[in-house]
Amino acid sequence: MKDHNSDWGGSIHVGALARVEGEGGLEVVVRDGKVTDARLDIYEPPRFFEALLRGRRHTEVPDITSRICGICPIAYQMSACQAIEDACGTVIPAPILDLRRLIYCGEWIESHALHIYLLHAPDFLGYQSGLHMAQDRPDLLQRGLQLKKAGNRLMEVVGGRAVHPVNVRVGGFYRAPDRRDLDGLRAGLDQARQLALETVVWVAGFPFPDFDHDYQFVSLRHPTDYPITAGRVVSNRGLDIDVREYDQHFTEVQVPHSTALHSLLHDDGTYLVGPMARYSLNSGQLPATVMAAAGAAGLGPTCTNLFRSIIVRALETLYACEEAIRLIDAYEPPDPAWVEVTPRDGIGYGATEAPRGMLYHRYQINADGTVAAATIIPPTSQNQRVIESDMRAFVEERLDLPQDRLTWECEQAVRSYDPCISCATHFLNLTVVRS
Amino acid sequence: MPATDRAGGRPARPTLAVWKFASCDGCQLTLLNCEDELAGVAASVQVANFPEASREVIAGPYDLSLVEGSITTPGDAERIRHVREASRFLVTIGACATSGGIQALRNFRDVDDFLSIVYARPDYIDTLRTSTPIADHVLVDFELRGCPIDRRQLLEVINAFLHGRKPGIPGYSVCLECKRAGITCVMVAHGTPCLGPVTQAGCGAICPSCTRGCYGCFGPTETPNTPALSAWWRELGVSRPDLTRAFRTFNANSGPFRKEAETNEGP
Repeated sequence: MKDHNSDWGGSIHVGALARVEGEGGLEVVVRDGKVTDARLDIYEPPRFFEALLRGRRHTEVPDITSRICGICPIAYQMSACQAIEDACGTVIPAPILDLRRLIYCGEWIESHALHIYLLHAPDFLGYQSGLHMAQDRPDLLQRGLQLKKAGNRLMEVVGGRAVHPVNVRVGGFYRAPDRRDLDGLRAGLDQARQLALETVVWVAGFPFPDFDHDYQFVSLRHPTDYPITAGRVVSNRGLDIDVREYDQHFTEVQVPHSTALHSLLHDDGTYLVGPMARYSLNSGQLPATVMAAAGAAGLGPTCTNLFRSIIVRALETLYACEEAIRLIDAYEPPDPAWVEVTPRDGIGYGATEAPRGMLYHRYQINADGTVAAATIIPPTSQNQRVIESDMRAFVEERLDLPQDRLTWECEQAVRSYDPCISCATHFLNLTVVRS
Repeated sequence: MPATDRAGGRPARPTLAVWKFASCDGCQLTLLNCEDELAGVAASVQVANFPEASREVIAGPYDLSLVEGSITTPGDAERIRHVREASRFLVTIGACATSGGIQALRNFRDVDDFLSIVYARPDYIDTLRTSTPIADHVLVDFELRGCPIDRRQLLEVINAFLHGRKPGIPGYSVCLECKRAGITCVMVAHGTPCLGPVTQAGCGAICPSCTRGCYGCFGPTETPNTPALSAWWRELGVSRPDLTRAFRTFNANSGPFRKEAETNEGP
């Protein structure tokens, strides 16, 4: 219905939420002009990864967990490798770690460009999709696609293909790419760096609703680098722990309306992971070029407005391009390309920064190399609670909007978290129930 | 179907719908990964229902439906029938849709165990005991293999359906792609176990090109000699449980791989 608030009957219902990866919906309950409940319904069918990993070889885990998400397979492969290598006590040489960071940059570029241009920017400009946007402004979609392509090319050259790369293995890579192969990426990345800079300027001009919150941010933090592949788990409320201490501070709970478990911090409950958290906790690690672009885009060292996360995503894309160029220029093929990872009885922990936030893996490995137990906590699982509490506040401030407008704005807000529902159940439909 | 597109007066474009069942999104993402061709595709077909890419939903029926994912819930078993009814051509894309995917590993175990391992309250979860391909439920006009599908093959399939011809997707093995690319055989030269001889081509032999053995993500060829390959792997020192694991991955539920995994599991 299109009438204003006085006529609203039952509910705001965003059925299958579009332009998110996976399947879910949002239901908001309004009583006497107050939002009493907001529920993120995730009905993505469960695929039981943690169960089907039991009994598999430790060397099979990166390829299997990669299939949790086609948008961020590298994140799954990298957190898995790190956790298994930790369980086996293997130290990975620096040149292999650099190559891992390089392929991860490719995934950040690909995933962020997809989200900015195809999933999120159309909301700010009033288009149903990136394809609709292209009918008026083909140049904008082309810019996004070229940027995205630079990330995918990087994944293809280092990983063999863009979705579920095949060259990553526990211990390193099957084959170290030649210098020549990576040099071939340089021109594309130089262009991508320019496109990313244009993207920052473009998205900084979007209209942003006032929606600032005092979020509890959680991300990795690394002593020298902006966090991608490694670091301690930190928050803006004093948390600072080793990945191995994760389970002592976080807990997973199940709710009836979601096939994805909710992740909570023991002391403080809800928290936010993803680009806003990463940036706000680590902007000091970004190079001066990226911070200059941030300044020009009107962003300080932190970002607390959910909708401005699109600027942070653009800045991280710029950073990933610069970082990839730096790593390629300094590249020497790791020799050997991989190190032996000999299994032993033990538990290993891994956490890396997927494009949409911290991704935690824990494995218990038997001496014969089979997996005894697996725990995987994807970013969207961690963000479910904060999405629900944000939506409560968001809808309450907008109850006078016509229903179809409110529905679209709720979708836009939820898309700001770049929820990946395939990951989290291993997502969206807005229902506003009014009484 | 309207005879013309909107108010433009151009001839009507065929309509495209993209559907998701239990899956990782990687196969439908492959359509968006056609960066250089996406504008051309959007000019040739009307993207009518593709929730991952657009909030606009144009009512069916649709000329071409691409279906990603497997059937794992009672609701999805029902939904696929509606998708079929609304589709002139239905093409399944990827290992989940064509064989049941990695989540079909539940078919060989007790799903109640799986539920209790992952969920504290299994009673909140509505799931089937098996993960099955789309063709087990409805008529499928063409199956495009791969975990994930290959971008070039996807474009070929869309092109073929737009022009009313059969897609040119070869049914031969990865070995042919490997030879054509001039890649040294990893099994002959390095003794690396490889599923290439029994796996359908399409990926471009990417694993052997990384000196890795093929792990079968495009599923079995038309006439795979899996017992002969298993014997060869045994000579290379691969144990029978590891053979079962090798055949039991992303296409675990497809006939020849399923059978070979069971054979090696036996006494």
